[in-house]
Amino acid sequence: MPEFDKLGVQILSMSIDSVFVHKMWDDHELSKMVSGGIPFPMMSDVGGKVGTVYGIYDDQAGVETRGRFIIDPDGVVQGYEVLTPPVGRNVSEAIRQVQAFQLVRETQGAEATPSGWKPGKTTLKPGPDLVGKVWENWKTDMAFD
Amino acid sequence: MAEEFDPGCARPTGGPVGEEVETEKPEPAGNQKEDQTMIMVGQKAPDFTAPAYQKGKFVNIKLSDYLGKWVLLCFYPGDFTFV
Repeated sequence: MPEFDKLGVQILSMSIDSVFVHKMWDDHELSKMVSGGIPFPMMSDVGGKVGTVYGIYDDQAGVETRGRFIIDPDGVVQGYEVLTPPVGRNVSEAIRQVQAFQLVRETQGAEATPSGWKPGKTTLKPGPDLVGKVWENWKTDMAFD
Repeated sequence: MAEEFDPGCARPTGGPVGEEVETEKPEPAGNQKEDQTMIMVGQKAPDFTAPAYQKGKFVNIKLSDYLGKWVLLCFYPGDFTFV
């Protein structure tokens, strides 16, 4: 996961499978997709206790849904996304969100990222001067490219 | 950071750590489960420990060991599905 390494992001995955099943999955399938196998810890949450605390454990189905949490260096949850099992996530969007949160943190909130922002695009400087002036700095088509 | 462990025959499991661990109260049959609540953005991520498999080893992971780093925590329904 060099994209995440570059951003200094530690990935942790979790499901209700045991660590033994994680090993089998990594040995028999994932290592065929990712050279050398999965580099990050594949955590086990048998019983769904952690998933319950995070609000993504489906106790009817007995599984964890596709919950993805961005946690900052202070241990604060900055964002999450939860999908039902049939739909996979968009990893590029997770990367984009981390980049946006990192920019906000680096500027200590002096800059904010408008809808559609990605690295290199214009940010907003929240403050009295911006009130009523967002339209001058940001156009709606910027949300879509 | 993560300490290796020897799993033996049991399926090891972890759980939340910290103040809010309620003691297990016997639940009346029928109506278990209070409403599940979602955590809030801008609030502390609940700390936990969990056993993990990583590069040929079984290790214990604690979320708070990663303070100082950005963390992407991903849950998924099950192994042998798409992540």
